[in-house]
Amino acid sequence: MTDIAAIPPAASGFAAQLRHSRYVIAENPVTGLAFGLFVLILVAALIGPWIVPYDPLASDTAVTLQPPNLHHWFGTDQLGRDIFSRVVVATRLDFTIAVASVALVFLMGGLAGVAAGYYGGWTDRIVSRIADTIMAFPLFVLAMGIVAALGNSVQNIVLATAIINFPLYARIARAEANVRREAGFVEAARLSGNSEWRILTYQILPNVFPILVVQMSLTMGYAILNAAGLSFIGLGVRPPTPEWGIMVAEGAANIISGEWWVALFPGLALMIAVFCFNLLGDGLRDMVDPRRRT
Amino acid sequence: MTAAPALTVEGLSVEFRTRTGIVRALENVSFAVDKGETIALVGESGSGKSVTAYAVMGILDPAGRVTAGRAMLGDLDLLAATPKQLAEVRGRKIAMIFQSPRTALNPIRPVGRQIADVLIRHGNVSRRDAPAQAVDMLRAVGITDPARRAKAYPFEMSGGMCQRVMIAIALAAKPSLLIADEPTTGLDVTTQAVIMDLINDLAKQLGMATIFITHDLALAGQRSARIVVMHAGHVVENAPTRDLFAEPRHPYTAELIAATPDAAASLGELAAIPGALPDLRRTDLPPCRYSERCPRKIAACAQALPHAAPGAAHFVACWNPLPVQTQVEQTMRGPTVSAA
Amino acid sequence: MTVLLDIAEVSKRFPVTGGPGLLARFRRRLSGGPENLPKVYAVDDVSFSIDKGETVGLVGESGCGKSTLVRALTRLLDVSYGSIKLGTRELSLKAARVFARDRDRARIQMVFQDAGESVNPRFTAFAAIADPLRRLRKLRGKALRERVETVAAQCGLPLQLLTRFPHQLSGGQRARVGIARAIAVKPELLVLDEPTAALDVSVQVVILQLLQRLKTEFGMSYLFVSHDLSVVRLICDRVLVMYLGKIVESGPAAEVFEHPLHPYTQALVAAVPRLHEGRDERLRLAGEPRSPIDPDPNVCRFYGRCPRGADACKTTMPALRQFGARHVACHFAEEFLPPLRTAS
Repeated sequence: MTDIAAIPPAASGFAAQLRHSRYVIAENPVTGLAFGLFVLILVAALIGPWIVPYDPLASDTAVTLQPPNLHHWFGTDQLGRDIFSRVVVATRLDFTIAVASVALVFLMGGLAGVAAGYYGGWTDRIVSRIADTIMAFPLFVLAMGIVAALGNSVQNIVLATAIINFPLYARIARAEANVRREAGFVEAARLSGNSEWRILTYQILPNVFPILVVQMSLTMGYAILNAAGLSFIGLGVRPPTPEWGIMVAEGAANIISGEWWVALFPGLALMIAVFCFNLLGDGLRDMVDPRRRT
Repeated sequence: MTAAPALTVEGLSVEFRTRTGIVRALENVSFAVDKGETIALVGESGSGKSVTAYAVMGILDPAGRVTAGRAMLGDLDLLAATPKQLAEVRGRKIAMIFQSPRTALNPIRPVGRQIADVLIRHGNVSRRDAPAQAVDMLRAVGITDPARRAKAYPFEMSGGMCQRVMIAIALAAKPSLLIADEPTTGLDVTTQAVIMDLINDLAKQLGMATIFITHDLALAGQRSARIVVMHAGHVVENAPTRDLFAEPRHPYTAELIAATPDAAASLGELAAIPGALPDLRRTDLPPCRYSERCPRKIAACAQALPHAAPGAAHFVACWNPLPVQTQVEQTMRGPTVSAA
Repeated sequence: MTVLLDIAEVSKRFPVTGGPGLLARFRRRLSGGPENLPKVYAVDDVSFSIDKGETVGLVGESGCGKSTLVRALTRLLDVSYGSIKLGTRELSLKAARVFARDRDRARIQMVFQDAGESVNPRFTAFAAIADPLRRLRKLRGKALRERVETVAAQCGLPLQLLTRFPHQLSGGQRARVGIARAIAVKPELLVLDEPTAALDVSVQVVILQLLQRLKTEFGMSYLFVSHDLSVVRLICDRVLVMYLGKIVESGPAAEVFEHPLHPYTQALVAAVPRLHEGRDERLRLAGEPRSPIDPDPNVCRFYGRCPRGADACKTTMPALRQFGARHVACHFAEEFLPPLRTAS
């Protein structure tokens, strides 16, 4: 009727989403900073190998362990490789590991959790017990165990990270699905002829997705740390592949002898990446939750 | 009015800062409650009736600001009071009960303890005597087996019982003014009748004034001596109940009555209220916020509304009020009309 | 008057949650006893019918079982016992779990109380109304769009609002979306579960008048569930009063409202605030309702709260007796019959 005036004009669609995103970034400068950093990391991951000054694998024994200077911005390591190039190229690997683990755990944990929360019964019991079993272990030790058992490779790191994050995602997804199971719109969907499977996929999942997306951003930081940690103790990526964790491990001994730059710069890169993803998670929540749009 | 007022609200204006603009939620709201009197603030959603109560109690949302006005409780202006003064007065002289009893009660404390807290803090009762008096209060609000129920938690009780507990908490320190914000919404109609009886009886016993906030006009009419009708943050009419129903003067009041199902004999007789609430964020709101949807609008409606003198018997904020059948009505027009 | 829906002896019992655990139940089974779990008798032996084109009201307070009954009727829930016949088809034979894909699914639809809750927050108004059309009428593309727009227009929903999400709509607009979605598939029976409870009084008028118009235009029957007797009086032809799972009274709406025969209905009517009448304080109900768990089948459900309480009330469950167009389940119904009427 004539009560259109009470509500502001249509605020849906992509244009409005963009506008809201700009608003969120403007309101909280930290989110803007995180977003900027994310773009930087993404760019480094995408085109890093082509823009770096030196070949990350090329060793030059003439310039080993040089402190940061004009030729080598981050200095060189014990094999004469340019640390700056290695740090930038490592971005791609670490970023890929993070994204892959998070995507995998979202699929595994998210779907299992939603099914458990929606159907209840034995599905719930099985999924919950699996999650409980995983949580019984100190998670990093479990990751170590999985990689040690299956072998050192990037795929196994991704798998291990996904497994140890499974309980968190399953739990969140299960809780959200459980709450919505008897919601009015689910009953309405049944009246409209939707089978239980359709309700799960088209009604419940879209509501659970935003919450998991926020979690994904936070997990990415953890996934990078996990990969770096595994590589640090030798259970992850193998040298000479540039990866932040290995680089910190390789540079750790050098700190004592005063060559602080070998470990510091990769460590700094790690820190900034994790920092960025965590802050992004907060901003993402504001952008993605439809209830906060208007 | 012969009795001294328990609360006088004068010129209350409240604004809310929101993401999309400033909402002028209340403008120049004035009314008074006498000692021992029960009045009702009636309006639809968006009328500002709850905001009025929250502003008086000093519990407005942080985004809200009182921009003008006074709320005199005796000698104290509640809107200008210090937090310390407010803490003294809340619970002891002025109490409030809320719409959703289960959420207004502390879910992890037994109800008896919650009542005892008020008794100790505001009722000058010792810690030793408080539990027993709490049980007495539960009995006074009609809860059977009060000694056992005092140890129960809110989730173990029905909605009606929780509401009784909230009344017990509010009245524990025997305040002189009670504000009841939609206390029976969500309750069954039979429970509603019993709860309202309880509030009325206790009010009479304690000589307490009551401000009863509701959207249900019929309920307001049954329970209060005087009704204050609000629309879009304004008081539009303020009259004794019988006069208001027999001869509503403001067009909105008349429309509201005509839209109440109880007033009609058939569905066709029910009349919808034309138009819609104006957007309170507008900076170009006309002085009368009903004028844009009012069928009785005249040129005079562009000027500022008539003021309410708080002691007036029948106040109408309108330049073209509905005619009174029994009286010569020429005397009703004019800038500072305040008496029927 | 053709009967559209016939409910006979429908009962729904729920096992009480928080009862004995798996082990205790297993032990009980082993010892040979039946599954003697305490049960809540949410709906107990309810029978009534709805004619084509009729609006039947269902009133009762919280805990009376009307929500459960309604969900059983609309096949969202299975009954423990009884028959639900839509036309000639016995609906209770097909499980609720699979009824969503049944060919008769579209014949009974429901409008929910809080449209904000009953529309998926991530669906636009268009998607919400289109859903049943997609699933039950297999419409797609242009045909779908046209049908959605037609229905929206019939419900007074401006087309530009179709792209909005529920939280961007006012209460009245959301209510219209809920109604449009329900009537889109042209149901024969529309169940309305407190459709105006969350709305302002002026919006309520508009929605009620819309519902009345849609009913005559499409020849639907309505089951109007509400706790608001004043609204029921205006829109319903007949009304059923429920208390603790049983129907205690039924009859033409105006008559039941003006001259209630059952003591519970009398208390209900007396409690409704009236604009132009004073309060009736004689008929206040004291105490709480009896427990719905394993109730004694010989004791009247209202015994204890009823102002009357004779021996007959606790030894024999009063049956639903007929008095002309009225039915009452009370041993003392004759006393309340209006004058100039005799029992049939």
